[in-house]
Amino acid sequence: MPENNTITLEINGRKREIPAPPNQTLLETLREHGYFEVKSGCEKGDCGACAVLVDGEAVDSCLTLTGTLEGRAITTVAGLKRGEELHPLQAAFVKLGSIQCGYCTPGLIMAAQSLLNETPEPSEEDIRLALSGNLCRCTGYTKVFDAVQEAAKVLREEESAT
Amino acid sequence: MFAEFDLVMPGDLDEALDILAEASGDGDGDAGILPLAGGTNLVVDLRARRIRADKLVGLGRIAALRGIERSNGRVTIGAGTTLSDILRDPGMAEAAPSLVDSARVFAGQMVRNTATVAGNVCCGSPAADTVPPLLSLDAELTLAGRGGSRVVPLADFFLGYQENERRPGELVTGISWDAPKPNAANLFYKLARRKGDAITVVGVAVTVAVEAGKCTTARIALGAVAPVVKRAREAEALLEGEALTPELIEAAARQAVEDSSPIDDVRASADYRRHSVHALTRRLLSQAWAQVTEGG
Repeated sequence: MPENNTITLEINGRKREIPAPPNQTLLETLREHGYFEVKSGCEKGDCGACAVLVDGEAVDSCLTLTGTLEGRAITTVAGLKRGEELHPLQAAFVKLGSIQCGYCTPGLIMAAQSLLNETPEPSEEDIRLALSGNLCRCTGYTKVFDAVQEAAKVLREEESAT
Repeated sequence: MFAEFDLVMPGDLDEALDILAEASGDGDGDAGILPLAGGTNLVVDLRARRIRADKLVGLGRIAALRGIERSNGRVTIGAGTTLSDILRDPGMAEAAPSLVDSARVFAGQMVRNTATVAGNVCCGSPAADTVPPLLSLDAELTLAGRGGSRVVPLADFFLGYQENERRPGELVTGISWDAPKPNAANLFYKLARRKGDAITVVGVAVTVAVEAGKCTTARIALGAVAPVVKRAREAEALLEGEALTPELIEAAARQAVEDSSPIDDVRASADYRRHSVHALTRRLLSQAWAQVTEGG
């Protein structure tokens, strides 16, 4: 990392140079720069509310030191949105009632996206495994699993249409 | 935010070892230079001020630490190998069945994507999920320092509660073991409140190999029932050279309880843990013996 502790990150497709003190977590960096869609929960890696993608793979931003990420691409839940349209995962969560209070939703969606990046046709067991680090105290998870299946189907149809 | 520390990200192993060598002297504060792998334990401990550090040496850019190699039945995983890397590798189901089973019930996806197997070993928690499997596979650690590297059997690595053989100037660079042969079964079970995102109450891994109807190798590794993850050596000794009858398996399960020394804590009582060591050891040995003698 350079002496002045600035770091280059690509956040939601946009290259940014931002200061990153050595002891700052990605969660703190992102919220400090206005990415309030990234939620702070337990700050211990238990709840998954802070999950974001780093190069397509979900991590807990509360456990990740920003200074370790030079040149990496970060995606938050807001970065999934396609212009004015919701991403299929976001749309499925809304459509199927997979959101109640909504605090865990950004993290759940990022964990699900990470799964679908690798496994376009997941089994329910795959989904349970992928979401095992996300706590939701409202929904009981059933509708969350349904939404991930629904979004996976939409994404597969998009893929085969191209 | 939390404690002040410096962070460096060396580009190769030599550079990392040079920085860590500063930690190997006798002066005060030397222990404040710590390697940072996935950070899923270390960052939490730094924030809670359970661990103090002046400088973290991030290992994420060292390409030589990544990757899984297999040759002639020997498996070596670099120290940067994450739990998700273990799950992704299609060869691992044969090369380390128990380790794959432990990776599936290890924390949650985001932690598995970040946490390394070597980091799980080095943190030295008695409840570390990858350690019973690795002990059951007779894994060895390669430790590198500026003066060269050495190989330490994992069974000799843990010296006491959160104390291990790694010197301050050293890094674990890889973990190796022989893949189980076709005449061997290698199993793991984690008992916890849930499958995901839970700390282990009792973890047991076993290896059983058979030749001509007799057990040639027995390994029983117990997690979360002693200050360190440990082998139940006296229980293993009962089994080697014998056919595993239900009576003998029962005797070994009872001996495994004797080989453990659990405590009461927030997750379970010592009594419950003893009961579970007995039940799980008996169950896994029975399953393993059935697998190697009946092909199922």
